[in-house]
Amino acid sequence: MTGPTVEQVITRVHHEEWARVVASLARRFGDLGVAEDATAEAFLAAAERWPREGVPPNPGGWLATTATRKAIDRLRRESQHDAKHQAARIVYDDTPHEPTGPVEDDRLRLVFTCCHPALALEARVALTLRLLGGLTVPEIARAFLVQETTMARRITRAKAKIKAAHIPYRVPWANDIRERLTGVLAVVYLVFNEGYLASEGDDPVRVDLTDEAIRLGRLLRTLLPDDGEVAGLLALMLLTDARRSARVSGTGELVTLDQQDRSAWNRALIAEGSALIRERIKAFAAGGDPPGRYQLQAAINAVHTDAPSARDTDWSTIVALYGRMVLLDPSPIVWLNRSVAVAEVDGPGAGLAEVDRLAEVLDGYHAFHAARADLLRRLGRGGESRAAYDRAIALAGNPAERAYLTRRRDQLAG
Amino acid sequence: MPRYLLSVYGPAEQEAELRAFADTDAFTERLQGDGRLVFADGLEPATTATTVDGQGGRPAYTDGPYLETTEHLDAFWVIEAADLDVALALAVEGSKACRRAVEVRPCRTERAPSERC
Repeated sequence: MTGPTVEQVITRVHHEEWARVVASLARRFGDLGVAEDATAEAFLAAAERWPREGVPPNPGGWLATTATRKAIDRLRRESQHDAKHQAARIVYDDTPHEPTGPVEDDRLRLVFTCCHPALALEARVALTLRLLGGLTVPEIARAFLVQETTMARRITRAKAKIKAAHIPYRVPWANDIRERLTGVLAVVYLVFNEGYLASEGDDPVRVDLTDEAIRLGRLLRTLLPDDGEVAGLLALMLLTDARRSARVSGTGELVTLDQQDRSAWNRALIAEGSALIRERIKAFAAGGDPPGRYQLQAAINAVHTDAPSARDTDWSTIVALYGRMVLLDPSPIVWLNRSVAVAEVDGPGAGLAEVDRLAEVLDGYHAFHAARADLLRRLGRGGESRAAYDRAIALAGNPAERAYLTRRRDQLAG
Repeated sequence: MPRYLLSVYGPAEQEAELRAFADTDAFTERLQGDGRLVFADGLEPATTATTVDGQGGRPAYTDGPYLETTEHLDAFWVIEAADLDVALALAVEGSKACRRAVEVRPCRTERAPSERC
């Protein structure tokens, strides 16, 4: 047996240490740009030196030390250009940790800074992937199908705003943390969804983004182990991702849940996700907070992954879980999902009656027309079904979804 | 301590709302009491503004505001706050008091003099 190659070690250490090094440098030097650049330089140095000199016994420590040295070198160099200004930064006070919350991890501060509500959502996503995920600017640009220069500008502008507006590098105050954390989870889930059901481009699934989102979800879980929604989001992503390989056919077509080959589902991810759900059910039973939207969505997914076959799905539990979701988030999309579940319990006629009530608000949403098309088909109303498929196909951005909808439409009799 | 400009915009002609005035004054007094207020004032309607351009050989005067928009700067506070979270929390209260949206913008006070403008 041979051990991992140096390259594999560097990849692993990059995953494990990048955010930690950036976060500790950000605290020490009070500047995200310096922290990011110095960390990147340290990893570059590792890639050059480790293959020659061997991997140091404590790779994380080596990287932190190297990055700190690079940051100081850089600040010194800059200080020669602009002595007065830089002198202030070089002695930047290494502020002792204030009592900031339950966990004193620099990475948690970094999460809240990158996902600050004063930044545009797309900037939060980009910063989170760069500073916490360690993705390069070209990688992020590729993932979101924007020009590299556009993405670089977006990140630079966000960092400049953080600095100029004094966006704090801190875990929010107790009375704000719930709302701020909701914003953080939204960023991670957006990354996941963009990977899982890409709204643009030719790849139906962008694995790099789903993997990255799960990695961020695991990091948040490490940092906030007692938070129900953090656990819920991670469970939701794991249970969804577990079905990834069964979700798109060999010919690049979306395969709906009832048609998927369940033996292709990733059992390890399902076990991990289910364990998180069980933990949350226990916490709730012991008097904890009622489940939020991610926990409910994860629980709905767990009902699917628990069913040995599509026929065995416990749809009435799913309807009940959507009923709770609607109370938290009465958005038309949640109602739409509930209606689809209602159709499984009470028949397509009942489902269609509920779906049709959403016609006005969801007219521009492909999934609304896809759901209607399916229900109309099951009710034998072929002409109306075809028209609904046409609308859904015209609105769907994902190629696998379009292929699936087109085939279903063309299968309609007459 | 970082400084922020909190500005309130509104349509050129606007009905004065007495409740909003009273609440806004109370908010400003509180800022002063907490030692956060640098300066605050309300402005006469934008139609009373004069725009001056002194860049040419002879100054040019234009009757009216610099920007031709439907909404204009109406009132502002300059406050001191430790960071943006503090400034935003105060702006939320200011917005409630004056019944308008409030723009929060950092001042360059803390920059080196050479970087200020």
